[in-house]
Amino acid sequence: MNFSAVFKAAGVAGLVLLAACASSKGPDVVANGDTGSTGGTRGSAAAPGSQEDLEQNAGHRVFFGYNEYTLTPQAQATLARQAAWLKQYPNVRIMLAGNCDERGTREYNLALGARRAEAARAYLVSLGVDGSRVQTVSYGKERPLDTRSTEDAWSVNRNATTTITSVGS
Amino acid sequence: MREDEKMKMTFKLLAVAIALGLAPLSADARVKIDITQGNVEPMPIAVPEFIAAAGGNPELAKNITEVVKADLDRSGLFSIIDPRAYIEDVANLNVRPRFADWRLINAQVLVVAEVKSLADGRIDVATRVWDVYADEQLGAVSFKTPADNWRRAAHKVADFVYKALTGEEGYFDTRIVFVHETGPKAKRVKQLMIMDQDGANPAPLTDGLNYQVLTPRFSPTQQQITYMALYDKKPGQIFLFNIATGEQEQLGTFRGMTFAPRFSPDGSQVLMAMERNGNSDVFRMDLATRALTRLTDNPGIDVSPTMSPDGRRIAFASDRGGSQQIYVMEANGQNQKRITFGEGRYMTPVWSPRGDLIAFTRQYQGRFYIGVIRPDGQGERLLTESYLDEGPTWSPNGRVLMFHREQSPGDGPSLWSVDLTGRNLRRVRTPADASDPAWSPLLP
Repeated sequence: MNFSAVFKAAGVAGLVLLAACASSKGPDVVANGDTGSTGGTRGSAAAPGSQEDLEQNAGHRVFFGYNEYTLTPQAQATLARQAAWLKQYPNVRIMLAGNCDERGTREYNLALGARRAEAARAYLVSLGVDGSRVQTVSYGKERPLDTRSTEDAWSVNRNATTTITSVGS
Repeated sequence: MREDEKMKMTFKLLAVAIALGLAPLSADARVKIDITQGNVEPMPIAVPEFIAAAGGNPELAKNITEVVKADLDRSGLFSIIDPRAYIEDVANLNVRPRFADWRLINAQVLVVAEVKSLADGRIDVATRVWDVYADEQLGAVSFKTPADNWRRAAHKVADFVYKALTGEEGYFDTRIVFVHETGPKAKRVKQLMIMDQDGANPAPLTDGLNYQVLTPRFSPTQQQITYMALYDKKPGQIFLFNIATGEQEQLGTFRGMTFAPRFSPDGSQVLMAMERNGNSDVFRMDLATRALTRLTDNPGIDVSPTMSPDGRRIAFASDRGGSQQIYVMEANGQNQKRITFGEGRYMTPVWSPRGDLIAFTRQYQGRFYIGVIRPDGQGERLLTESYLDEGPTWSPNGRVLMFHREQSPGDGPSLWSVDLTGRNLRRVRTPADASDPAWSPLLP
């Protein structure tokens, strides 16, 4: 698998999300290749149950405060939409990746990223999502979406990001 | 693997102390640097270009001299007198120097050496260290090694001089493993490299792995390292890597992430952090049996364990009290006690191989610092400061720290060293961006 292409694509997806505009590109789906053809249509017509669908209709990323892993009301709202979406597509399995800004040490941030991923997972489970459908991973400060060293970039990089890993039955 | 061969190359470095038949190191040498003091005035020493023995290679002798001088200079303990000031032209290793000539230029110590090419392809570097004021020899040593291994011979000479003048083991014949970083920040390629302590001979240790390599740590007893592999889409795990054979092995497969590995001082165990259901605690793995023992069980994040050289205590970082601070406990996990109470956050404790200090990373008001503190929590001293200083590693003699730094926002990481005075801060050259340095023990 081409790592770098995936991460670059994920980065683009994040910035697009921030700009609050919908995109037909679903790079994370392309990365795992399990969802079949999804990108053929323009505009917001994402294939139901696809990564694009998740991103457009629920939101696939929640953000955290500095050195925090508690969910903001906004994050809870996004995760509630994710939970509803996941119930709509019961065969979809996801991975929640916890990420941190660069203002911490490598090892602590790996631990903090795990906390963030788990906070998001626990919330989905509390809303009725089967925990076995949700894996977690921490990337610490190693996979910044926005590579600038600014407050704006850091606030984007403190996140838990949901990616569809499979849609098998 | 090209590196394999290199590692397998036998480093037969025969130290024939006192091969020159003169008096051994005198115990009450008059010249001595006390490096336990906070502020050391560099000792003026003279190091004339090493003599090329008859039929020898003057170019090689010159190169060895330069490496020795660079080592001694970088230590911050010695100030090498400009050779243009030297009066006596030392042409014979076995003739007593004219001490008056060296006193005249304020040299306290004179290092004289001769490089001989042997018939079997090796070289013999014979060295004498003279106390200029006491008119006596502080020590003599001879190292034989394959000619292409001359840099190591030079480091051995520098270590010998260091020990003769400080009474402590040197750290020049050592290597650094670090993370070689290439590519843009968003898709960084992170591989392991190894190089000599002075930045020479950088060589890749890993290539084409499907994961990023983070936080390598040297075994204090063997040419072995442990590191964390950061995968895509599965939790990162800890590996062992044998430098001599190139063999790698994942240290168990766990559902949660395992990270922050560090060897115990005897090399028989790896301390680590393991995450389960989002919470990280400190564990110990016995390498022979692979038995895993939990050492902390706390709802706070416990990471970065490091064992005292006597094996009796473990320091780690925890945010159980609200912010990250350093704690010390007994090796079995009992009696967990906080030792840092300053403002900001304290992370990445690393116990000195001497046992007297714990190095750490401190984050305070948007700046990062490398500092040291005694294991009882007293005597904190900050040695460095920048936008990001992180991840100290000790020289095997516990006198120098190496770490990585991002000088200003947006800068790539680079390696730096600093001594315990905090005054001798130096950049360490690397082929590209570099992070997470790990200092080897003295090579055999």
